[in-house]
Amino acid sequence: MPETLFEKIWDAHLVAQRADGRELIYIDRHVLHELHAPHAFETLEKQHRPVRRPDLTFSMQDHTVATMPGRDDHTNPSGAAFVKAMREGSRRNGIKVFDLGDPEQGISHVVAPELGMVLPGATHAVPDSHASTVGGLGALAFGCGTTELGHILATQVIAIKRPKKMLIRLEGRLAPHVTAKDVALRIIADIGLSGARGHVVEYAGNAARAMPIEQRMTLCNLNVEMGGRSGFVAPDDAAFQWIAGRPYAPKGAMWDCALALWRTLKTDDGAEFDREIVLNCTGLEPQITWGTDPSQVLGISGRVPDPRGTSDQSKRAAMESALSYMGLQPGMGLAGLPVNRVFIGSCTNARLPDLQTAADVVRGRRVAEGVVAMVVPGSSTVKREAEAAGLDRVFRDAGFFWGESGCSMCAGGNGDRGEPGERIVSTTNRNFENRQGPKTRTHLVSPATAAASAIAGRIADVRQLGKA
Amino acid sequence: MQPFRSHTGVAVPLLKDDINTDQVAPVQAMRDLKPDYKKLLFMRARAEDPDFVLNQPQFGNPGILVTGQNFGAGSSREAAVWGMLANNIRVIVARSFADIYRENCLQNGLLPVVLGAPDADAFIARVVAANGSAPFTVDLETQTINGPGGPDIAFDFPAADRMRLLEGLDDIGMTLKHTDEIVSWEKRMAANQPWLQTASRS
Repeated sequence: MPETLFEKIWDAHLVAQRADGRELIYIDRHVLHELHAPHAFETLEKQHRPVRRPDLTFSMQDHTVATMPGRDDHTNPSGAAFVKAMREGSRRNGIKVFDLGDPEQGISHVVAPELGMVLPGATHAVPDSHASTVGGLGALAFGCGTTELGHILATQVIAIKRPKKMLIRLEGRLAPHVTAKDVALRIIADIGLSGARGHVVEYAGNAARAMPIEQRMTLCNLNVEMGGRSGFVAPDDAAFQWIAGRPYAPKGAMWDCALALWRTLKTDDGAEFDREIVLNCTGLEPQITWGTDPSQVLGISGRVPDPRGTSDQSKRAAMESALSYMGLQPGMGLAGLPVNRVFIGSCTNARLPDLQTAADVVRGRRVAEGVVAMVVPGSSTVKREAEAAGLDRVFRDAGFFWGESGCSMCAGGNGDRGEPGERIVSTTNRNFENRQGPKTRTHLVSPATAAASAIAGRIADVRQLGKA
Repeated sequence: MQPFRSHTGVAVPLLKDDINTDQVAPVQAMRDLKPDYKKLLFMRARAEDPDFVLNQPQFGNPGILVTGQNFGAGSSREAAVWGMLANNIRVIVARSFADIYRENCLQNGLLPVVLGAPDADAFIARVVAANGSAPFTVDLETQTINGPGGPDIAFDFPAADRMRLLEGLDDIGMTLKHTDEIVSWEKRMAANQPWLQTASRS
């Protein structure tokens, strides 16, 4: 019987079925971060339960770390206890820590693939909802809570019910300046915040296939914003080439064996999904959120919708509340609205090509007067590579802050945040109320749109920059 | 884990869809390894909106939260469950839950009840009418909700999750019964796909 790739990976990792019907799925790579892991270490130690496979587990310091150059444990005082507990808990349990000052430190979802820890067809878990970022390499990843994280540490399996299967076929061709971020926002707008709830999503089609690996990661990163349990793109030669030679990737004869197996990782013709969606990407323009959740999305030339146009009471109330919070009126365009702050970073959009795209827009220009603009690379490796390519000079010469790697302003867990009332253009994943600081108004966009908006001092259509 | 059999308390109507965990447990309230989970729950809404439902005196001692679709969307932070328990909210009745949030509930003996449209509409009407004046009881053994304003409402709950909550079963303990199978899977994989069983720099 024809099988989906999800089923192949799942079945290959199925260890047993538990008495309560849950399936035990082996986790090949488990990556922790300091906001949640310390609690799990403490719980396990109280239960006298050891970590089963510290050799398959890695710790990152990312959520609470300062981005200021020359940072140390105390640069963000409220993060110091987390960083210390993470360091000590990891050492007690024999887990390698990518600590402050480590040349490979960074955001877990950026570092794990970039070092080759995560591989095609592998399973992956992180106590973070954006775990599925690594689906861009064809890995099956699960975000989880703190108690589940402890369970995986103790057993190396996740006890989970088999999710349903969804196929999202992305057809057509992306226009210049239109990226995976724009595609993902459009999908979330189309199917809603819970449109993929209970499903593992396979992204397929010409447009997905044509995306470089980093863009596939952006696409899979946003999968949770429509409620997806996980999401991936089947790995292909582009993925294999991307992995080859990375520090933790297999080498030599083992690489050859791995490659032979990875080439079988595809959904069989005729395999069935519980749900299938097609999006034609041809003609898609850069997208931007207007509201306070990632489904409230417009094309950059579009107009803010009128809540009176929707019959769904709950949706209408949410729209009215969002308009009020965001300081917007129905029918207005977003392009041209003055911007206070621009953030380029996060697990969604802070890999090297994201920074290159933004730098291409910025090169030779200046951040508009009065705009605070930040670039925070997704990892210390990305930062180093960007500096080698001179991108830091491009950003700094233009007036951007160039920071040390971490999650930074995505959720503001490290103290980086906007001021009340500020309009923020951000490459992150959530525009929830108060997320980037109390009363801040966040618009989610691609790195190119963020860069163009920093230069213009207003929400900008990157396709128009320099034409005026 | 604390077992869950039944819980009686004031039902609080928070009648919105897509409430996310940033709202339930703001990251700004998690600046400490051991934050005050009681204070953290909906901290911002409680501080800024005098009309917020948990600020209303009749809901000052909540027991059951009643809400809309996709409750608990967003971040996987478990503080969004611990904050409920710290306020003695041991049941959430919703039209649906975000996947990770529902898992976090089950891990902590917080009962996530899903009601379909007609039952949810009827129950919400009764909760609104009661307005905190009389408690509701949610019983997992009989899978019913009872309280003022009408007959008992039955709810579905997956048998496997029900047993785990009723018994307060130790999740890790249940899995460790399969240690032999974990070991043999590892041996098999070390032979078939050795790159998955080793994560070293080569």
